[in-house]
Amino acid sequence: MRSSDVQPIPALDVDRVSHRYGARIALNEVSLTVRQSSFTVLLGLNGAGKSTLFSLITHLYAIRSGQIRIFGYDIASEPGAALSKLGVVFQSRALDVDISVRQNLLYHAALHGIATRRASELIAQVLDRVAMTERSSERVGNLSIGQQRRIEIARALLHQPRLLLLDEPTVGLDVKARADILDHVRRLSVVEGIGVLWATHLIDEADAGDDVVVLHKSRVLARGALGEVVEAAGGADLRDAFNRLVGVADQDELEAAR
Amino acid sequence: MTAVSGSIDAPGFSLGQYFVCLKGIVWREALRFIHQRERFVSALVRPLVWLFIFAAGFRQVLGISIIPPYETYILYEVYIAPGLIAMIQLFNGMQSSLTMVYDRETGGMRTLLVSPFPRWFLLTSKLLAGTLVSVLQAYAFLLIAWFWDIEAPPLGYLALAPVLLLTGFMLGALGMLVSSLVKQLENFAGIMNFVIFPMFFASSALYPLWRVQESSPLLYYICQINPFTHATELIRFALYEKISWVALAVVVGCTVVFLFGAIMAYDPARGFLARRAGPAG
Repeated sequence: MRSSDVQPIPALDVDRVSHRYGARIALNEVSLTVRQSSFTVLLGLNGAGKSTLFSLITHLYAIRSGQIRIFGYDIASEPGAALSKLGVVFQSRALDVDISVRQNLLYHAALHGIATRRASELIAQVLDRVAMTERSSERVGNLSIGQQRRIEIARALLHQPRLLLLDEPTVGLDVKARADILDHVRRLSVVEGIGVLWATHLIDEADAGDDVVVLHKSRVLARGALGEVVEAAGGADLRDAFNRLVGVADQDELEAAR
Repeated sequence: MTAVSGSIDAPGFSLGQYFVCLKGIVWREALRFIHQRERFVSALVRPLVWLFIFAAGFRQVLGISIIPPYETYILYEVYIAPGLIAMIQLFNGMQSSLTMVYDRETGGMRTLLVSPFPRWFLLTSKLLAGTLVSVLQAYAFLLIAWFWDIEAPPLGYLALAPVLLLTGFMLGALGMLVSSLVKQLENFAGIMNFVIFPMFFASSALYPLWRVQESSPLLYYICQINPFTHATELIRFALYEKISWVALAVVVGCTVVFLFGAIMAYDPARGFLARRAGPAG
């Protein structure tokens, strides 16, 4: 095999995954990849299937059809190895508001088998990274929502994952806090080489250099570098392209129903 | 995979790391316990209301004859104390399951389940953490009961510790199994009606079974197959330095079954989690 054939293993590889709840189809033959040290935006309206996809990637639900691999580790057959490479920021609150930032992070470290001494070093690092060092002994409930989000991200990064999933991480944040977090996570992918999957319904959160996956009503309508997706859809910008893709898909659905 | 580069090793966990994880889960439950003092107080008030009010009222109605493990005539308060300890653990188990349903709606349960440790280990650790809290509650109750002249032999208190771990585990595992079946918090009121009350009343907690047999053979039969009866009896016997082998066997058996069921229920491949209508997103 020639060296030019060698591809870096993707941080996340979702391969033809389908999922249904009873008769309702939540994901239909969904495929996507997140390259190492890339920032991939998973774009979809509410109900597109983003949360179901996250539940499958995080091994909360079993995969019935298709495959999901994290750095080559199949989530179904090697969940431990796959999950150890994964950091997640859930849409719903995952921190315990009654206890301090540090206590929350120590708990998370323990869930990854990291003992207190090593955890303390890692906590210092991640808190420094999100500029929250001085709030370490503060009760989480006393922090603003933006600060809590930063702690959630610190928590997700604590065990030094190589793939970071974020499910609508800017919900409830003001413009400034939103920009800060977006900027921070984007830097993680560049500087630390972490593959990021950023799920959102806000089109303006995608930037020129990002990869984009458009998920609509359980199907992937387009994926690739942002520029390619816009060009292929014949749009002026991503918003235009998104509207066109969604419009065509809805039109097709209408005609099929007729 | 020879055609790819940049793959990274994912070494398994050492025994020490398992211990770190277990310690972390127990420690978090302890913190939660410290921060929710009202939960502790209400868990204590409930059995005390039964002891101080219900038992006082029923004292004259129900005479208790000499039945094992008691060697003399006893007051009704003395009779129901072990049942009330089991009730503390039953409520605690259901309360933990309530927390799990709540945690599932927020991100707490997901945080736990996304840990790379095996799921059976995570759930068992969580169960152990909840059980330790219920053991503390039981001893706090016994301390107050002692001032109410409900005294067991000193060694009975010691013999009770391993029994409480076991019964707490059984009832906690039952709660965990129930939590996997409850879709949303609102449904939880039903658990009170369909799990806690029937288990508590159709047992030997409030009245000796020979009395039940006199009035209704069918109810007697139901009481006998109720695992809560056996948890109560195991506690009752241990408190008086005796052991009921039948109760022990039933409690151990039920613990295994409930725990296995709960682990299956939370196993993504077989569990009920994914069968229900999923999240909105």
